[in-house]
Amino acid sequence: MNWLINNWPLVLSLGVQHIRLSIPPIVLGFFISIPLGWLAYRFALTRGLLLTLAGLLYTIPSLAMFVILPPLLGISFLSELNLTIALTIYAVAIMSRSVADALGSVDPAIRQSATAVGFGSWRRFWTVEFPLAGPVILAGLRVAAVSTISLVTVGILIGVDSLGYLFTNGSQRRIVLEILSGVIAVMLIALVVDFLLVRLGRLLMPWAPRPERRRAKREPEVAV
Amino acid sequence: MSLFVQAFAWIFSPDRLSESPSLPLLVAQHVFFTFVSVIIAAVIAVPIGYLIGHTGRGREIAVAISGAARALPSFGLILLLVILIGVTLKSEAAFIAFVLLGIPSILAGAYAGIEAVDRRVIDAARAVGMTEWQILVRVEIPLGLPLLIGGLRAATLQVVATVTLAAYIGLGGLGLPIIAGLALRRFDQMLGAAIVIVALALLLDGAFALAERLVVPRGVTAGRTKDVRSTSSRRRAVMGTPIEEGRG
Repeated sequence: MNWLINNWPLVLSLGVQHIRLSIPPIVLGFFISIPLGWLAYRFALTRGLLLTLAGLLYTIPSLAMFVILPPLLGISFLSELNLTIALTIYAVAIMSRSVADALGSVDPAIRQSATAVGFGSWRRFWTVEFPLAGPVILAGLRVAAVSTISLVTVGILIGVDSLGYLFTNGSQRRIVLEILSGVIAVMLIALVVDFLLVRLGRLLMPWAPRPERRRAKREPEVAV
Repeated sequence: MSLFVQAFAWIFSPDRLSESPSLPLLVAQHVFFTFVSVIIAAVIAVPIGYLIGHTGRGREIAVAISGAARALPSFGLILLLVILIGVTLKSEAAFIAFVLLGIPSILAGAYAGIEAVDRRVIDAARAVGMTEWQILVRVEIPLGLPLLIGGLRAATLQVVATVTLAAYIGLGGLGLPIIAGLALRRFDQMLGAAIVIVALALLLDGAFALAERLVVPRGVTAGRTKDVRSTSSRRRAVMGTPIEEGRG
């Protein structure tokens, strides 16, 4: 425990830095995914194109992504921008698929009712389809947020300080507790962010099915 | 863009064959680490996943494990295990890390595959007199195979990415030219290796995507609706989920 007692200010400041680095990719990914997910949901052609592209981008290992992006975009290799763009790409790859799935999960009867009572497509999207798709979009957002927080650590290899610093530094100095503190701190941040997203979801979407209630509701539907 | 030309020049240079370790050797190491780890992970995770899927017990634990695994920083896990187990046994330590990282996706694929089987199909199998074992082997496993392969696919890609990071501890594989190039500022070498890694990942992903399609039993495709975005999409999603009464 000695290491942690002596170094907790370092862990704390790296943790703050880690959170600061995690937020832009998650937020940007969310806002970019909504129009892309809509495009993927709305047209068969763009669906195949976008979801295939998202799938392919997601297969690229992070370290390779950090190396390939700078020459493509003309940015510096050892930069925060490189990390932010790479992690935003992963977040978009995860979330655009879940936005498309979420919009597809809205009951077509509700969509038709909205059209029937005179909603234009813009207003119908924002007031009917998007709120009803919310719970599934949130599920995608949670996955993207947690994996972004975990991936920020790899940024230490391109010189961006985060809790990943504890991994490389602890490995060089052979301090088990330093690496362990880093791993636990990352998981703790991910856990807290995930919990906050769930609470935020309950606050903003009181209509979202709760786990217990959904079970009771689902049975009669299956019996049809 | 000229950097990309240099990167391809690096990949196809004859030096890649003569130097040690050669590029084909690095590819072979990368594939070897990946396959062995995924196979070990599958040997551990598939039986457990099938048990969870068939009995419906322990599902919450499996969900919690795959959720927590996503938050686990893979780079930190490798370095932690190498220090814990010992630098002399670093490849063993790295293998343990790869296996641990591969397990959650495979576990999820195995139990989700079985869980997604329509309960009525299982009831029908039981009604015609199949034993529990026959239901598992002849009904649930074949019908759940596409989702299991999906899990193996996710695990493989996760391990390919992690093997790349393991070059930091000097394990070899395709991350080595990147990590070595980082210190030497050899951008052609780094980009060349990154391109090879991406090609490898895409190739493996494509192979799994193909396998996922091939293992769908013929009887399933015969009755499937083709239109993705028709009114039936929601109902089909509902039909795919099992009735809760089947759970213990």
